[in-house]
Amino acid sequence: MTNTKNNFFSVKRPGTNTTYQDLGRKNLNHIGLPVGGAMDIRNYKLANSLLSDESETLIEFAYQGPLLKFNGKEVKFAITGNVYFKIIRSQETEIGECYRSYNLKDGDQIDIISVLNSVYGYLAVEGGFQTDLSFGSSSTNTNARVGGNNGKKISNADQIILNNKNSNNFTKKLNYINSKIEYIRVIKATNYNYFTDISKNDFFTKEFTVSKFSDRMGMRLSGPVIKNNVSTNIRSEGIIKGVIQIPPDGSPIIMLSDHGTIGGYPKIASVISADFDKVSQLPPGSKIKFEEITLKDAENLYNLYNLETQNLINQINQI
Amino acid sequence: MIKNITNLGDTALYCDFGDEVNSEINSNVISVFNILKDEKIEGIVNLAPSYNKLIVSFDLDVINYQKVRDLIKNLEIKKKIEIENKTIEIPICLDNEFQLDLKRLEEITKMSTSEIYKIFFSKKYFCYMTGFIAGMPFMGDVDIRLQSKRLETPRIKVPKGSIGITEKFCNIYTFESPGGWNIIGNTPIEIFNKNKQDQPILINPGNKVQFYEISKTEYDKY
Repeated sequence: MTNTKNNFFSVKRPGTNTTYQDLGRKNLNHIGLPVGGAMDIRNYKLANSLLSDESETLIEFAYQGPLLKFNGKEVKFAITGNVYFKIIRSQETEIGECYRSYNLKDGDQIDIISVLNSVYGYLAVEGGFQTDLSFGSSSTNTNARVGGNNGKKISNADQIILNNKNSNNFTKKLNYINSKIEYIRVIKATNYNYFTDISKNDFFTKEFTVSKFSDRMGMRLSGPVIKNNVSTNIRSEGIIKGVIQIPPDGSPIIMLSDHGTIGGYPKIASVISADFDKVSQLPPGSKIKFEEITLKDAENLYNLYNLETQNLINQINQI
Repeated sequence: MIKNITNLGDTALYCDFGDEVNSEINSNVISVFNILKDEKIEGIVNLAPSYNKLIVSFDLDVINYQKVRDLIKNLEIKKKIEIENKTIEIPICLDNEFQLDLKRLEEITKMSTSEIYKIFFSKKYFCYMTGFIAGMPFMGDVDIRLQSKRLETPRIKVPKGSIGITEKFCNIYTFESPGGWNIIGNTPIEIFNKNKQDQPILINPGNKVQFYEISKTEYDKY
């Protein structure tokens, strides 16, 4: 697969959790594979839109990103999220701006130092990355060892190959600042009545803190203990992204993109689709509250969120 | 066949087939799962059958809860599609290094290791569902004399290939994974093969599984 004529990045530092992602894979829950895909779909779309109209595979990083050295013919790249990064060129080092495309020449380095007050950031390149597809998607799922980079995080030894595509596109830019969510909107889920009245009330009125035990599979929260007066286990059944399970210790777990496809803990509520991206971006220590809404409102808010994303894409300008 | 349909979040239907776990109800789940899989309804993006539930996930860009619910209610479930009733043979090695919880099971069941294995190997197991981790089969029913609870503190890492039992179910850890089932042996067989993209899993819901014992020497040859 390695084509010596292709542009590539050599990995000087892999970062905390650097993986290939696209929009994930469908129709595989029944064999145990979740959809996966980029944790923050809006920032995935914006990264791609800064370079072309295609939906390409890009690199997702968490907390500390990679340090990459570019080898090959000039291409453009863009980074989205809330990310502090530098572009190290032979003559000078420049602090990079998110939501702006840059040229990259042979020998230039991108040093993605840190994601700020959030978790995930995205690196897109013109033409996308050359990756293996598993079940129609390049999305790396490290649990099932499927997707790009043979189902593993990017590590020091890896070479990141680019699909060669040299365009004469203009440099593009978008003015956008990610906002942080404080109220996570949810719909009550199938086991809501398993919980005590006090706990139901606590769930919707008290503050929870995002714990450090959070990853692409799920997000653990600490706060008031959610007590159950029926059973702390249910018969194992399918679960989906956004479901909030309450294990016997009473601390909620929100299922995220790489969640197990079956779960055996009672489900108190489910996060609405419009809030997935922003929930995924909550770093450990964040304080949040839950707010109940109706299914109809959830559907409308999702359409609104998509419209907003589309508007942002339309606002991308040449500079 | 479906007793009740509600929503799960804003992107899924939660179809309840009844409270019991038995092969009758599970066959109903698998029938509807197969019908929906063949119908390829636009907007339905995932189906997750389990013992007595079916989760139907959809793409909110294309369709919504009310529309999918109407479609499923009007779906003619004429006849039960015959579920492929094949038996798959799975070798297990019972070497000491793989018998992680035999001591515990001896205490719980008040039986010797050889009695436990004799009972375990004496029947075929029905696969109710697959999932949690890729390809993991949830099978039953384990003889009542062997029924035991999950470990109080789950293992952080259960080795790949481990055969576990708990309550009336047994499973196979298709990958190294956290888990709390009682581990009795290990299979060298790849249950999930990502290179076979049209049929990546060896054991499907509705299949039966017959376990048989192999020696460590045979195990190492796989």
